[in-house]
Amino acid sequence: MDTALLIEKSILVLLLFLVSLGAAAYMTYFERKLAAWIQDRVGPDRAGPFGILQPIADGVKMFLKEDFIPAKADKWLFIIGPGIAMFTALITSAVVPWGPKLHLFGRDIVLQVADINIGILYVFGVISIGVYGIMIGGWASNNKYSLYGAIRASSQMISYELAMGVSAITIVLLSGSLSLTTIVEGQSEVWNIFYQPVAFLIFFICALAELNRAPFDLPECESELVGGYHTEYSSMKLGLYLFAEYTSMFVSSAIMAILFFGGYNFPGMSHFSGNTLAVLGILAFASKIFIFIFVIMWIRWTIPRFRFDQLMHLGWKSLLPLSLINLLVTGLVIAYKNGWF
Amino acid sequence: MESLTNRKKVVSDKPMTLWEKIYLPAIISGMLTTLRHMFRKRKTIKYPEETREFAPVYRGQHVLKRDEQGRENCTACGLCAVACPAEAITMTSAERERGEEHLYREEKYAATYEINMLRCIFCGLCEEACPKEAIFLTDRLVPTYFERDNFTYGKDKLVESLDERIDITKRQHTGKRTQL
Repeated sequence: MDTALLIEKSILVLLLFLVSLGAAAYMTYFERKLAAWIQDRVGPDRAGPFGILQPIADGVKMFLKEDFIPAKADKWLFIIGPGIAMFTALITSAVVPWGPKLHLFGRDIVLQVADINIGILYVFGVISIGVYGIMIGGWASNNKYSLYGAIRASSQMISYELAMGVSAITIVLLSGSLSLTTIVEGQSEVWNIFYQPVAFLIFFICALAELNRAPFDLPECESELVGGYHTEYSSMKLGLYLFAEYTSMFVSSAIMAILFFGGYNFPGMSHFSGNTLAVLGILAFASKIFIFIFVIMWIRWTIPRFRFDQLMHLGWKSLLPLSLINLLVTGLVIAYKNGWF
Repeated sequence: MESLTNRKKVVSDKPMTLWEKIYLPAIISGMLTTLRHMFRKRKTIKYPEETREFAPVYRGQHVLKRDEQGRENCTACGLCAVACPAEAITMTSAERERGEEHLYREEKYAATYEINMLRCIFCGLCEEACPKEAIFLTDRLVPTYFERDNFTYGKDKLVESLDERIDITKRQHTGKRTQL
């Protein structure tokens, strides 16, 4: 029994690894296409039909580039930096419930690598480690632009994690659990977005900031900081940084879908059961993730970058008080419903 | 003051209202603009497969025309060389010998005629100066070479061949010449 579980989980981990990497690779392609469409262009269309082999060509290019380490760089930290970024981006997906139970070979297969009861805390913890990848990379490069990018990244992450955490607490209050599975199951009737639109808005904006995506891409803004924290990086180390960004975008979209849009729940779910339900659930979840990714990219190619003081102003003076008020109101309503007054 | 155009806009720096300070309406309207662009028709011309259509009066590589009987029109008068602002044209003239009447239309002809395509600015003044309807600019492109010498086009490249006449009717419809 234990061996079977081990095999099952190993296959799931491997699948998840491949799916995350594949999704990240094709997100780069989709992002380029979307940017092109928004700018009335065609986008990459040379590699394969409609350019669908472009990510593979890009990957091969990244591997074949010269791997350069600056003379004054801290060699070990320089190598560890992109590793941490990629590692944290990948392990976040471990607690994500990807769909209802699948029934195969006479076993119930839970589509989640680890159903830990503090899922949200785990996610926040791992995302916070993610900033170390950027910080260490920027520091080890021994370049002022890289350092600026790293400093910006860390201050931005710290500022926005607060509001993000507070808005996630409102969801925890609603579902009464820190486990992502329980949160998803609690939304089978009504999705959390209908109870907590403000919390979602705050969470979404903070997620953009945590991901270093436009309009909060100050850590790597090419017009001011050359390339930000990855100025000195080349070859696959740079590739890992870029890849980590897309992988975390994929995972954060999944987290947002879980917290606010009912995860794998979809309307009319009660008509299905068994494996059909599982497959449909996975598809529903995947399409929610896709929509989130689309919106994040759409925002990137629409809105210009914030100034750094505007960024801090928004984080500390607007989002944090707003999320606190939202938390207070949610708490009061829940207390009133439970008859505490 | 009375504005000459109706494009004038009065700007003001009045403080933003709360609605404007939220920014969300502005962001959403901006996103709708980009959404509309996503479904627009692309104007891209995918070059190696498609090529852009040339304008009827495109000024490309020159041709030295022959008349209907296949005789060279050019009489080496040198007006094109004088008109050329880039001084790209040089020529030497020669007298037509007996028995060459089927080659050259008049008694004098250009023994050599060279245009340096690196100097040429394709302005078309040579064509305008020519009294004999001998030189025209066409919609053909001058290709690229690795050596500078290759850009000096002599009569071998400029004079149209008898079996492959170059169509210059488009250039003649520009209103300068009425009859051929």
